[in-house]
Amino acid sequence: MFQIFSVKNTVDFLRHAMPISVMSMILVIASFVSLGVQGINWGLDFTGGTVVEMEFSAPVDLSALRAKMTSAEAEGAVVQNFGSSRDILVRLPVRETLKSDVQVAAVLAAAQTIDSAVIQKRVEFVGPQVGKQLAEQGGLAVIVALICILIYVSFRFEWRLAAGSVAALAHDVIVTLGVFSVLQLEFDLTVLAGLLTVVGYSLNDTIVVYDRIRENFLKMRKGSPIEVVNTSITQTMSRTVITTGTTLVTVIALFLKGGTMIHGFATALLLGIFVGTYSSIFVASYLAVKLGINREHMLPVEIEKEGADQPAMMP
Amino acid sequence: MLNKYPMWKNIMVMLIIAVGSFYAIPNLFGEDHAVQIVATRGAEVTVSTQTTVVDLLESQDIAVKRAELENGQLLVRVQNPEQQLVAKEAIAELLGQKYTVALNLAPATPAWLEAVGGSPMKLGLDLRGGVHFLMEVDMGEAVRKMEAAKIADFRSQLREEKIRYAGIRKTPKGIAIKFRDAETVVEAEDFLKIRSNDMTYTDASSGDEFMLLATMSDTYLTQIKEEALKQNMTILRNRVNELGVAEPVVQRQGAERIIVELPGVQDTARAKEILGATASIEFRMVDDKADVSAAANGRVPAGAEVYKRREGGIAVLKKEVMLTGDHITGAQPTFDQYSRPQVAINLDAEGGSIFSNVTKDNIGKPMATLFIEYKDSGTRNPDGTVKMTRIEEVISVATIQARLGRNFVITGLEHSESQSLALLLRAGALIAPITIVEERTIGPSLGAENIQNGVQAMVWGMVVVLIFMMIYYRAFGFIANLALMANLIMVVGVMSMIPGAVLTLPGIAGMVLTVGMAVDGNVLIFERIREELLNGRSVQQAIHEGYGNAFSTIADANITTFMTALILFAVGTGAVKGFAVTLMIGIATSMFTAIIGTRSIVNAVWGGKRVKSLSI
Repeated sequence: MFQIFSVKNTVDFLRHAMPISVMSMILVIASFVSLGVQGINWGLDFTGGTVVEMEFSAPVDLSALRAKMTSAEAEGAVVQNFGSSRDILVRLPVRETLKSDVQVAAVLAAAQTIDSAVIQKRVEFVGPQVGKQLAEQGGLAVIVALICILIYVSFRFEWRLAAGSVAALAHDVIVTLGVFSVLQLEFDLTVLAGLLTVVGYSLNDTIVVYDRIRENFLKMRKGSPIEVVNTSITQTMSRTVITTGTTLVTVIALFLKGGTMIHGFATALLLGIFVGTYSSIFVASYLAVKLGINREHMLPVEIEKEGADQPAMMP
Repeated sequence: MLNKYPMWKNIMVMLIIAVGSFYAIPNLFGEDHAVQIVATRGAEVTVSTQTTVVDLLESQDIAVKRAELENGQLLVRVQNPEQQLVAKEAIAELLGQKYTVALNLAPATPAWLEAVGGSPMKLGLDLRGGVHFLMEVDMGEAVRKMEAAKIADFRSQLREEKIRYAGIRKTPKGIAIKFRDAETVVEAEDFLKIRSNDMTYTDASSGDEFMLLATMSDTYLTQIKEEALKQNMTILRNRVNELGVAEPVVQRQGAERIIVELPGVQDTARAKEILGATASIEFRMVDDKADVSAAANGRVPAGAEVYKRREGGIAVLKKEVMLTGDHITGAQPTFDQYSRPQVAINLDAEGGSIFSNVTKDNIGKPMATLFIEYKDSGTRNPDGTVKMTRIEEVISVATIQARLGRNFVITGLEHSESQSLALLLRAGALIAPITIVEERTIGPSLGAENIQNGVQAMVWGMVVVLIFMMIYYRAFGFIANLALMANLIMVVGVMSMIPGAVLTLPGIAGMVLTVGMAVDGNVLIFERIREELLNGRSVQQAIHEGYGNAFSTIADANITTFMTALILFAVGTGAVKGFAVTLMIGIATSMFTAIIGTRSIVNAVWGGKRVKSLSI
């Protein structure tokens, strides 16, 4: 059997944890700064407005098309390519005095002056009210998810580990948002879905490591907490590499082949898989060690009952 | 001996996978091009309609694959899109105005599969094309109307009971009823608590001002909103049905929003005008002196008009409108003491006093209910807007038996008629206006493109993962691959089985992701087995320990992911919900296939015998 990652020698992951976690802190702060200064490039789903997707019969010169959209009805339109040079996406802001129908008609009329065979593929109008609610609901969903996870992990493991996992998740969400902010990538509903998936994925990773930590604390009677954690990370490393690899492959397939509409989703996941894998080691595990996790915390509460020494969950 | 599954467990695994796969089968058949025929007002689609249509198509050399009559709708499947167009035109010409004939796509599931409940996954708008509206019901208006009605109620109730009040008006805190002294306040409170128990009352007297404050209880408020939402949904559903769209969605979203999705419809403007069209009711006196047969020939007396009756024939009504549907606040089908069907109607205060005056003077005379509706005529004005036609018909004529007030009944109806009249009356009286807050149109080609992209991504991702697993884990990798494929088929099967599940673009993304993450369970187990082998355990022990130790890890990891998916499902709308559904199903099925499914194969191949080495 061949192995990607050998488990023979324990790797001292935590030796580098200090400088790396400082870097993490800097990343988080930088994300906050970027979020504060330039904010997020909210997509239509959040700002409200109208999107018109059109397919031209031949490649279009964007500046020529922009020049045509000068009428009052098409004011504030953002014109961009969408997938190919023949596919154009026009975003129109919400205008109180103007109905979206009128705006769309003006955009189509402008497009028709360039190419009479232009096809209107998609029109979306979202009221600003919906956007506001979505942003609130999305933010709420992340917070509720974090709280539920905190409760579950505290219940199943230990509060120090729970704190570590939630810190790691918050870290992942903030850094992913930060990257979206720095690069000014459009943040729409699919990105929000991606972000929540990142929460799930990152947690998956953290739990696998934690499970091993708990087991090793009970098994290794002599090791210091740092040694136990290092051993656990090393032992789960080959699984982490393989699972991250297979998930990455499918997400890259989504990114390359999935089409423009799920690009945002794939981007958020790509980012999140890297950040999530790294945070399960350098944020979640390291924080638990710093919070003083040790063998006593892992001992099962002694109950004078038959079968209490059996593992709780077996198939 | 270790690693032996009892027979029943193996059978159960096979059975579950077989059922999952069976219900995935309908997705292989694709869709038929079809023509849908729906009857509009005054007509009915029957077996004879079916025969006529099939005969017509056969006379035109169009082969009919299948013609189904269901829920008053006729669906005729043909071979290809060209025939579909020809067939639609021919049928529309034959049947005329009374029917809506529309193009449609119908799942081509064979009848025997359909008989056992097999149907393909429902595709979301983003994969199928069509229009989507999110409408908001103006609840403020609904509550305002109810408050006004309540004020009128109080007036008449207090007057009836001879409790003297100084004044009733609406204040920001609630409805304030003023009295002259403290005793009356108590008396009124005791009385109203019994008569109008959906409100809560507080004594708000101060100094020499004696006042009772009535506020709507939370349950009553919720009930009003609930009612308003339901009414609007009924109206929208009726209108959508008349559009003749296949599988329309009219669904509530939260407390005050309604989603309307019309797959296949491309023209938002037209859809909007139809959904926004209004229907109303008028009550008019029948001109009982008029000669009906003379009127039918065009000799209409002065001050009267001729209208069609729904059940056929005509009615001569006076021009003067007694009451319009704006005043109707509720209509329920009920039964009188001889269990004859009737419709109970509630009017608002203004309508009540008008009605009471009119009926007082007309006891013993017939009164007609006229239904008015604006409908899409199918043609357009020169400026591109849809031309609406006004449709008017008399839906009932009843003799006024007594002076009527705010609440009265309309009798002389069949049971089904009373049901539909109540519905129409309610539909005519929109409690609260609706506004469109979100609108999406997606072209059918874009939908097809999306499916293609998603499937392509899935195939690519899967091929790479399958190859890797085979190389890395050899025989065990092969077993994991079987589990992965079974998992994917089961996700499709379960998605097809659940009535509310809709496949959307993010849903496909969720499936792709499931492929990537589903192997995690097997990776965890296999890595554990390898570890145990390295630690010098015997083969049987390693398998046993590997599955055992990995289980709690897999369970914890999946439960937490499932929790996030559940939260996504709870707060998300449309597309996000679709993603959450596939993710949840994926987690459940992948746990089953990765743990129990692979175990049963592993046990069958290696379990219970002397094995020296494992191919892992």
